[in-house]
Amino acid sequence: MSKTKRKRKSSKKFERIDGRKVDEMRPVTIETGVIPNADGSAYIEMGRNKIIAGVYGPREMHPKRLSKPNRGVLRVRYHMAPFSVDPRRSPAPSRRDKEIGQVMVDAIEPALFLERYPRSVIDVYVEIIQADGGTRCAAVNAAAVALVDAGIPMKDLVAACAAGKMNGKVLLDLGDHEDKEGEADVPIAYMPKLDEITLLQMDGIMTADETVEAIEMAVKGCKDIYEIQREALKKKYGMTEEAEASEEKPAEAPADEVKEPKAADEAEEKSEEASE
Amino acid sequence: MSNNIVSRLKRKKIQEVISTGKRMDGRELFDFREMTLRTNFLEKSEGSAEIRLGKTHVIVGVKAGLGTPFDDTPNKGVLMCNAEFTPVAHPTWEPGPPPYGAIELSRVVDRGLRSAEILDLEELCLVSGKKVYIVFFDLYVLNWDGNLIDACGAAALAALRNAEIPGYKVTKGEVKATGKTKKLKLRAEPIPITCYKIDDHLFLDATADEEEVADGRLTVTLDAKNNVTTMQKAGATGFTVDEIKKCINIATEKAAEIRSLTVASK
Repeated sequence: MSKTKRKRKSSKKFERIDGRKVDEMRPVTIETGVIPNADGSAYIEMGRNKIIAGVYGPREMHPKRLSKPNRGVLRVRYHMAPFSVDPRRSPAPSRRDKEIGQVMVDAIEPALFLERYPRSVIDVYVEIIQADGGTRCAAVNAAAVALVDAGIPMKDLVAACAAGKMNGKVLLDLGDHEDKEGEADVPIAYMPKLDEITLLQMDGIMTADETVEAIEMAVKGCKDIYEIQREALKKKYGMTEEAEASEEKPAEAPADEVKEPKAADEAEEKSEEASE
Repeated sequence: MSNNIVSRLKRKKIQEVISTGKRMDGRELFDFREMTLRTNFLEKSEGSAEIRLGKTHVIVGVKAGLGTPFDDTPNKGVLMCNAEFTPVAHPTWEPGPPPYGAIELSRVVDRGLRSAEILDLEELCLVSGKKVYIVFFDLYVLNWDGNLIDACGAAALAALRNAEIPGYKVTKGEVKATGKTKKLKLRAEPIPITCYKIDDHLFLDATADEEEVADGRLTVTLDAKNNVTTMQKAGATGFTVDEIKKCINIATEKAAEIRSLTVASK
């Protein structure tokens, strides 16, 4: 008896602060088209993270000297609202914001066909309305959906998710408390169809084996996020699950339309037509 | 890391040579250039180190003083890192606010040391909420020829290892200088190793030109127990899980080698 009791106690120790399982993600909801003025936009809630991403472009680059003659440039501005964290944060861009912006560029750029937009820029603006740990991953998720919403051809969606370690256990999707108190945090962005990791950072202490375990766990999480991103896009572009399942005949035309942003070749064709 | 321009001819050559497992300067893929380190050659800083890695040349200076702690960590000293890209270091580097490369460099080097808990920050507190040690280390790049993170990481460790900070005594809340110095106590020896990638080929210690041609890079920082303390991927390319595992293995092996060179430096 005493043995089982002790066991229970030790298992209780590993309980996560919000009662999630080790490999359970916080609830995620994504909505597209939230900013009418933007070419594309998305709003994501990932746990208590609330983030808006807007896309403008491809458009003319300002200032001009930053443009490239042979290709387009992707710019990401990651910015936290002063009231997004406690205590209030200065709205001026910090070194951290600049790093995250660039890391997001590196995460998303492999999915785009920038060689198609010489001298142009695609601007992605990310505003963190409320931060709750793992903002850069949530921001990547929103930005990828916003880019699709803007009708920009992509090789793949980019899904992001973190894993980390707290109290000696590798966990999926650390919340704010776990991020701060835990031993390590490994944010990842992943392109499911190309099977490539495009964002990888790590902060904390872990053995090499744990690090690999965390990366593999986060990749699984990214695959789940990918489905949620797809659902959000289907919803906006009039392809509900019922329509998909029930009738094939009338659904044909819109079905193609929805698939396009995800299938690279088709999307390419579409953009060519559009640009002509 | 800058707008270093590499001609198409050279770009192609670098890619070709890497794909056959060799380098433009005759090195193997995982060879470092010759590394020399010397420490404590500056009298007015608390600790210093100078590293030359091939033609890359960096000075790291440690300055320590007293200051007030951050509000959210009243009983902890402060460790701060800053990187300076001086305009002498490369024809394309200009005076002005720090470029992105400098911000990333200082943040990645700083994270590597901080995550490894290199300093016991609570030990650097004199009067909680009022007086703590503030330890700055500045990465000063004097000549740029690639692989700054690895060079700066090793030099920062060497500089902190040899740093001696002024001693203070606290009597009834009063802080007084003792006139003596004491060594900074380091609890870890983290070393960053950056794997560069061209197509499917990984290599270490890129020169400035190789860095420009590379598709991306992955920095892995490891402490002496082979724990990973920081990773940072950069460049518009992806890594597969297998490539990441390979990078961690390569870095583990190389970090031990660079660490022993760093620790041996005088």
